[in-house]
Amino acid sequence: MALLEIKSLTKNFGGLAAVSNVDLYLEEQELVGLIGPNGAGKTTLFNLLTGVYEPSEGEVNFQGERLNGKKPFVIANKGLSRTFQNIRLFRELTVLDNVLIAMNNRYKEGLFTSILRLPKFYKVEASMKEEALSLLQIFELDGKNEELAKNLSYGEQRRLEIVRALATKPKILFLDEPAAGMNPQETADLTALIRKIQKEFAITVLLIEHDMSLVMDVCERIYVLEYGQLIAHGTPDEIKVNPKVIQAYLGGEV
Amino acid sequence: MKLVNRHTFAWLIVIVISFLAIEGLVSVGILDVFYEMALVQIGINIILGIGLNLIIGVSGQFSLGHAGFMAIGAYSVGIVYLDNPTVTGFFLGVLLGLVLSGVVALLIGIPTLRLKGDYLAIATLGVSEIIRIAITNMKITNGAAGISGIPLFDAIPMRQLVFIFVVIVTIIVVNYVRSSDGRATLSIRENEIAAESMGINTTKYKVMAFVIGAMTASIAGGLYASYFNTIVPTNFNFMKSVDILIIVVFGGIGSFTGTFVAALVLGILNTLLQDVSDLRMIIYSLALIIIMIFKPSGLLGTKEFSFSKLFSKKIKKAKKGGSTDGSVRN
Ligand SMILES: Nc1ncnc2c1ncn2[C@@H]1O[C@H](COP(=O)(O)OP(=O)(O)OP(=O)(O)O)[C@@H](O)[C@H]1O
Ligand SMILES: [Mg+2]
Repeated sequence: MALLEIKSLTKNFGGLAAVSNVDLYLEEQELVGLIGPNGAGKTTLFNLLTGVYEPSEGEVNFQGERLNGKKPFVIANKGLSRTFQNIRLFRELTVLDNVLIAMNNRYKEGLFTSILRLPKFYKVEASMKEEALSLLQIFELDGKNEELAKNLSYGEQRRLEIVRALATKPKILFLDEPAAGMNPQETADLTALIRKIQKEFAITVLLIEHDMSLVMDVCERIYVLEYGQLIAHGTPDEIKVNPKVIQAYLGGEV
Repeated sequence: MKLVNRHTFAWLIVIVISFLAIEGLVSVGILDVFYEMALVQIGINIILGIGLNLIIGVSGQFSLGHAGFMAIGAYSVGIVYLDNPTVTGFFLGVLLGLVLSGVVALLIGIPTLRLKGDYLAIATLGVSEIIRIAITNMKITNGAAGISGIPLFDAIPMRQLVFIFVVIVTIIVVNYVRSSDGRATLSIRENEIAAESMGINTTKYKVMAFVIGAMTASIAGGLYASYFNTIVPTNFNFMKSVDILIIVVFGGIGSFTGTFVAALVLGILNTLLQDVSDLRMIIYSLALIIIMIFKPSGLLGTKEFSFSKLFSKKIKKAKKGGSTDGSVRN
């Protein structure tokens, strides 16, 4: 059985079917791409999978458990984490705090322990901090841990989003256009990083990206959405030559 | 670990010095009864402001009902302490206030904290008005006439009791905010959707902040009842909630240092202007308008005074001065 299985998932916004009858699966430790033109419903699909929206129809099953209708924090704590296309960092907090917050569910300090500042409090804080710093280091953000998130450069903010998502210790990581707004060098570095974390943390990654070379480069399988519907699914080589995909991207007849 | 001990120690010294300073000024007669009263009021306002700042500044939920919880604490102490005028009676009253305010905050927090912005403000305002009207119409609270003859706590002077409670409430709230739970609460203020997606149970942390804030307000109410001996429902009306809100906004939403400074500045301003009572409200309002124009984020914004930061800055400076070659980067 696949790690994540989505059956005929649909989301209607009034008359608009932003996601329509989508079937999709993710195996363990896979790196899968999700592409499609603007407004195809990619972000909406992420929102359905992470509980931000409730599906109009269909099913989301994670390790055999139904996730529909569960709250986002419950889903996150089951091991589905994400980044946001329109960066949603905790802007007025430090880089370190941004990461520590995502670890809140895994480390328990206890109300009285922290109010009374018992030794256990300092112990838990220290190990949280250690883990957070080691994550930040992978993304070369460890020199910035006391900086406010809002003062980071655009590329750094995107990287911090990934670090924060990883800090929840996910089994599946959903990345929504992580390279948007980055220059070619930054994109290349990020590509390498995504590969590296996928291997190192042994997680499944579902990646939305408009940068075709990035997607074709790192993904083992690719899904293509257009107007809310899946129009293709296959290996990068299959997708490249798929007439429906070419039509969706270039428009007009093939 | 050493650093931790050091800044805790520094705070301990600050507390002891402020305590001794107040006692010194009282014993040499500089702080007379009139100023002592101002001081007690400032202390009570600090407790109220700290609690409201936890709700508004940390969890980001706009509450306009703080006076309602203060009323619960005031009437709990008023009724119990009048009936049992001993030290035990006083603390039983405080305990009752804590329990009642906590339970009420929990019961109304769960449904109302789903609301956002203006809606939440109106809902919390409504709740505090309901509390006030209930008190006005109940027998045990003696209706609109209120309760008078509440004993003055006299095991230690009131200024010391208030001082102790200010310290306790501040330590509890600040330690809470600077813990994993506190960070989770801050993340709600920063971005609720992102907080939820990072596994934060936002409802739980909003309700927690609301309950802790309500309980601290009830302590302030209990101190108020014993100090002023008489309480009537109108002491705890909408204007009281606004007064507390002003302290929080004036000091800087999210800054507890700011709440202290604002409660002190506004308290002193109030006392100095007592003689020109006609002009008092005008000058007071002007001060607020001026600060809102020139520093809309309040006196301190979200800044906090912190010994650990102060110390680590010094350490950095010392290191820089000591070895210039160590920190060279290309
Ligand atoms: N909350 C909403 N209410 C109404 N319509 C929405 C909502 N969210 C998304 N939509 C619509 O659903 C469609 C799909 O949007 P979505 O953001 O999922 O596209 P996308 O594939 O992520 O596009 P992009 O590549 O531009 O990010 C769009 O037409 C959008 O306007
Ligand atoms: Mg999108």
